[in-house]
Amino acid sequence: MQKISDIEQLKTLAKDVRKDIISMIYNAGSGHPGGSLSATELMTVLFFNQLNHSPQNPSNPERDRFVLSKGHCTPVYYSVLARTGYFDVSELQDFRKINSRLQGHPDKSKFPLMETTSGSLGQGLSIAAGMALALKIDGKKSKVYCMLGDGELDEGQVWESLATIKKYDISNLIIIIDNNGIQLDGTNKDIKSLEPLNAKFKDFGHEVIEFDGHDINAVIEALTYARKSSDDGKCTILLAHTIKGKGVSFMENTSEWHGKAPNKEEYEKAIAELK
Amino acid sequence: MIDKISTRDGYGKRLTDLDNDKIVVLTADLADSSRVKGFAEKHPDRFIQVGISEQDMFGMANGLALEGKIPITNTFAAFCLRGHEQIRLIAINNSNVKIVGHHSGISLGQDGVSQMCEEDISVFRTMPNFTTIVPCDALEAQKALDAIIQKDGPCYLRLSREPSPVITNEYSEFNIGKANIIRDGNDVLIVACGLMVGEALRAVNLLNERNISVCIMNMHTIKPLDKDSLLQYANKCKAVVTVEEHSIYGGLGSAVAEALSLSRIPLKILGINDKFGESGKPYELFEKFGLTAENIVEYCQDVIGFKEKNVAQPAKNVKEINDIMHEINHDAPKKVTEKTESSKYDNDPRGRIIKMSEKDKSQVDAVLQRMFGGRKN
Repeated sequence: MQKISDIEQLKTLAKDVRKDIISMIYNAGSGHPGGSLSATELMTVLFFNQLNHSPQNPSNPERDRFVLSKGHCTPVYYSVLARTGYFDVSELQDFRKINSRLQGHPDKSKFPLMETTSGSLGQGLSIAAGMALALKIDGKKSKVYCMLGDGELDEGQVWESLATIKKYDISNLIIIIDNNGIQLDGTNKDIKSLEPLNAKFKDFGHEVIEFDGHDINAVIEALTYARKSSDDGKCTILLAHTIKGKGVSFMENTSEWHGKAPNKEEYEKAIAELK
Repeated sequence: MIDKISTRDGYGKRLTDLDNDKIVVLTADLADSSRVKGFAEKHPDRFIQVGISEQDMFGMANGLALEGKIPITNTFAAFCLRGHEQIRLIAINNSNVKIVGHHSGISLGQDGVSQMCEEDISVFRTMPNFTTIVPCDALEAQKALDAIIQKDGPCYLRLSREPSPVITNEYSEFNIGKANIIRDGNDVLIVACGLMVGEALRAVNLLNERNISVCIMNMHTIKPLDKDSLLQYANKCKAVVTVEEHSIYGGLGSAVAEALSLSRIPLKILGINDKFGESGKPYELFEKFGLTAENIVEYCQDVIGFKEKNVAQPAKNVKEINDIMHEINHDAPKKVTEKTESSKYDNDPRGRIIKMSEKDKSQVDAVLQRMFGGRKN
């Protein structure tokens, strides 16, 4: 698809995506606003500005792949898919409803557009690495993007995978961490002692770029750099500093809105803030 | 003496010989134990050593399959359970991943309980989309490997470390989901899988000595279960015993019980009776855990007695079942308590007394020569 590079246009799109997120979760009566809102700029830039993909021909073998390891953040994922033209935006209101292909967490068996089923945390990176390795064996040019939450770094499998990625130089893989610092039960540092993340990733042999995950310019710059590094044979980890619940004042920086739907009053307040 | 070869050796030999660019072999630091070194040396570009990290291995296999590869993962059956949930994502994706569970059951012997696995059939067959196969010998393991590679979708192949008799021949058919009748008879149907098929064959002589005519079904595919063949032969014999080197809960016996649940045919399930394994020689463990030909004979006598007693007055509670069993034992005290000369274990000669025709023997010899370069003692 035609890539969008105009910053103001991308900002407007991000705002639309945020409204979709709030509406979808309000309509469904459940869902995960916090991590969807923190990943909004990352996902908007990825799908409108970075990925080589063709919504009219979704199974194009030359496409870049995207794996949402933090699978609970389907609202932001489905929104950017709809707004890039994979399906009609009106279908977003079916989110989480019976017989809908827009399942609570991505389910490839219900919705083949998903590269994989995900949402059991910590598994997406291994799957993405397997996809990337297969593409590498076949000499394909496609990249595989994998987005993880920082909470799921608690899972040992992520670190198993990072070591395998280094060993096999799986450089056609670009790893994005939505580092909002908060998980379901509280702040990351209250739950498990994983900091300093940057140093840990470096110790595993990977280059790490830190940036403001809500600054569209910074996101474009980081993703562009990672793609160039990938072309040069290096796998980069993009550690995006974000704010959980970003854009809706009462949802920001709290674990309370990790996985909760707004009531009518909260919904109207959130939408008003996003105007 | 029939020569013995483990199913893992049969598998490893065939894997090395396969010529299919789509195959990618993965292991979690068990290349030697799982007999994939031959493949690794021949195709280093399609061999992935992930180290001792099964969860990562199953996740990568899922990704490789999503991009059109045929990944074959290799670790112990016990350590497949380490990645059960990663495997569940393979099942949900319906990814074309082949999972080989090595060192299954208790027959891996002296390494002991943490390396053993008596739950894997249950785990795999409860996941939608999964085909579950337990080959009975090295030759069948080779055919099973060919078959799962041909079949699109996730498959589990359960293998053993312990060398066992080659009881099929190169002309024996192997079709996923199609049971093989390897002895026909009328009084009792034994449904077995894996190494227990050989054990069931050993029971034939003992049963014949007691004028019991036995039908043996090699149920190599636990899922999808060949319910048609099962019902056909169960109806003929009207008494069924299942035998497996697996927990009595959730495995072959459970699958057969589910299939026969509306048939009113008496069934007894012989397997590992809700216990964990321990160190010992494989044949010592089979004796200790009640997985020998002698145990099979007892179970056969039970169900035959039960079908005769229970027809007139079906049991209404556990006590009535126990009463019927007591009567059977009283009526038929010829149970195998003393080992007969032909069934004694000296140095684990399982298969020694499996009666084979001269023609079968020569076929086995030919196969051993061609597949494995001759006899292997």
